[in-house]
This record gives sequence, C-alpha cells and structure tokens, in this order.
Amino acid sequence: MTMTSPTPAAAAASPPLPADWRDLIALTKPRVMSLVIFTGLCGLLAAPVGIHPVLGFTAILCIAMGAGGAAALNQWWEVDIDAGMKRTSQRPLPQGRLDRTTARDFAGVLCAASVFLMGVAISWLAAAILAISIVYYAVVYTIWLKPRTPQNIVIGGGAGAFPPLIGWVAATGHITAMPVVLFAIIFIWTPPHFWALALFVKTEYAKVGIPMMPVVAGERSTRRQILAYAVLLLPLSALPWWLPGNEHAGAIYGVSALVLSSVFLAFAMRVGLRERSGPDDTMKPEKQLFAYSVLYLFALFAALVVDRFIAL
Amino acid sequence: MTETPDRKTIDQIRRSRNRVLALSLAAFVILIFFVSIAKMS
Repeated sequence: MTMTSPTPAAAAASPPLPADWRDLIALTKPRVMSLVIFTGLCGLLAAPVGIHPVLGFTAILCIAMGAGGAAALNQWWEVDIDAGMKRTSQRPLPQGRLDRTTARDFAGVLCAASVFLMGVAISWLAAAILAISIVYYAVVYTIWLKPRTPQNIVIGGGAGAFPPLIGWVAATGHITAMPVVLFAIIFIWTPPHFWALALFVKTEYAKVGIPMMPVVAGERSTRRQILAYAVLLLPLSALPWWLPGNEHAGAIYGVSALVLSSVFLAFAMRVGLRERSGPDDTMKPEKQLFAYSVLYLFALFAALVVDRFIAL
Repeated sequence: MTETPDRKTIDQIRRSRNRVLALSLAAFVILIFFVSIAKMS
C-alpha cells in the first residue's frame, strides 16, 4: 500500500477542485453509518435507565461522527484498493474529486471531535470505548488485519460491534452483561454477513490482493464457516432473554430472536450446503443472505427496544 | 475563456461548503448550549 502515490484518476484531475461537502459526506459511508446509528440508539434505549433526550441525541451524534471519521480514515488509507474494485471505484477519492490530505484532515477532526464531545457531554468511559472502536476499525482492521489475514473480518468485525455497547454505557455509565452480549451478537453476525458479500465479489477482492476468506480458503470452506457462524448466532441472539438480573430482555425479544435467527440459519444453509454451479451462477442465495443479514440486525435490535417499552 | 466556468464552479463549491461548515458550527454551539442546560438539570 502506497501512502503518497495518487491514483491515475486523481492525478488526471488537475488542477484539483475544492472538496464538495457532498463528497465529504460520502466519505463517511452514510449507508453503513445508518446501521451503526441504529444499533447504538437501540443500545441506548434498551438500557434500564433513561437518559435526557438532549444527552441521548448527543451520544448518538458522537457515535455517528466517530463511525463517519473511522470510515473516512478507511477510505483515505485504501484509496488504491478502492480504485481497483468496481464496487468502490466511484468513491470520491479514487475518482479524484477529493484530495487525500483533505480526506485525512476531515477524518481526523471528526474522530477527535466525537471522542471529545462524548467525554465532555456524556461520560469519559463512553468516550474511551468510542476511541477504542475508531482505532480498532481504522488501525487494527483497515491497516493491520485486512491486507494480512483471511480472518480479517472475524477479528475486525469487533469494530462494528461497539455501537450498542457505547449507547448502553452512555445511558448507564457502566458495562454489564447485556451490552457485552449485544457486542457478541454483532461480532458473530459480521462474518456470515460479510462473507456472503465476499462470495459474490470474490474476483474483485482477488484482483486487489485482499485475502478475503473465499479468495484464500476457497468457496467451500467459506460456505461451511458461514453456516457455522449462523448456527452459533441462534442461541447467542436469544441469550439476552435468559440473562439474570433485571436487565434481561422479555418474551417479545426472545421469540423475535429465535424466529429471525432461524430464518437467518435457513438462508445460511442454502449458501452453506451448495456449490457455485459455474461461471454463469447468479449467486442469488448469497445475495439473499447478504440482504437478509442487514434486515436481520435491524429487526433484532428493534425487537430489543420494543420489548423494553412494551413489557408483557 | 475556459477559465471562467472553472472559476465559477470553484467559487460555487467553495461557497456551498462554507455554508455547510457555518451551519454545522452554529448547530454545534446550539448543541453545547442545550447539553449544558441538560447537565445542570
């Protein structure tokens, strides 16, 4: 990975235009951020103690800014990789619509401001976890793991698992079993979610030299592992129902988790027990698993919040 | 003659970015104000 060489597209755009604010927003990966904001909000709302609405809003804003800053750092670092993949080649940096220095500075300001605001307005424990999650995504995952090991998304998936933990800590001020379980659910959900995508964009990852599981271990192994994680996710997702103490979830969440995870397992079985039929295979089961996995996480966390406010 | 539209585009982009930055800073100040009120209550 070169740090200074501009991409051909970037070099062609001369003299560079000033950064458009829409490109700066695109740098924060708004679609990914929506899931981060949602799980963070659910962690905050599912906590057994209430939080002042202004402080709650500020906590979620900080999570969003931190996630956006980390995503921008990720794009700043991976500009050459993004330029080589069809899925990411239209991003502002590989297109040359933004220069790398602006992207890096924007990311740095977002990250620093999010941690500082979280510390001052909410709590320094929540700010510390937010800082860890930013470093985890931008450094541990993006710089260290992703180009080195096919287990990148397994370990790096932890970065996306932090928001409900941060939301919970913002509301309660401390870490208990429930937010750790919520962290674990997203941690275990990430590999099947991402590998489903990696299966149908496998050639792109191979082209840019990223050792994603299907590229290194092969499709068959990846499919089996997707299935294994989906099996693991079933009891884990129901665990908040069985937690001791007063913070456990109720029947609405428990039943929803079992139904949603069973459907997840069914989709994963279709992927896990099949082989690619040939070069013309449309990879429909993989695409369906990927789409359902996003819906799954939204629905699971929504059930947690509904359960918290409508106690049966 | 080709410089005029470029200049215009650059000014337009810069102006809209500055407007967004100003609005963000104003929103930040208002947020800090309400956070202070919320923490006092």
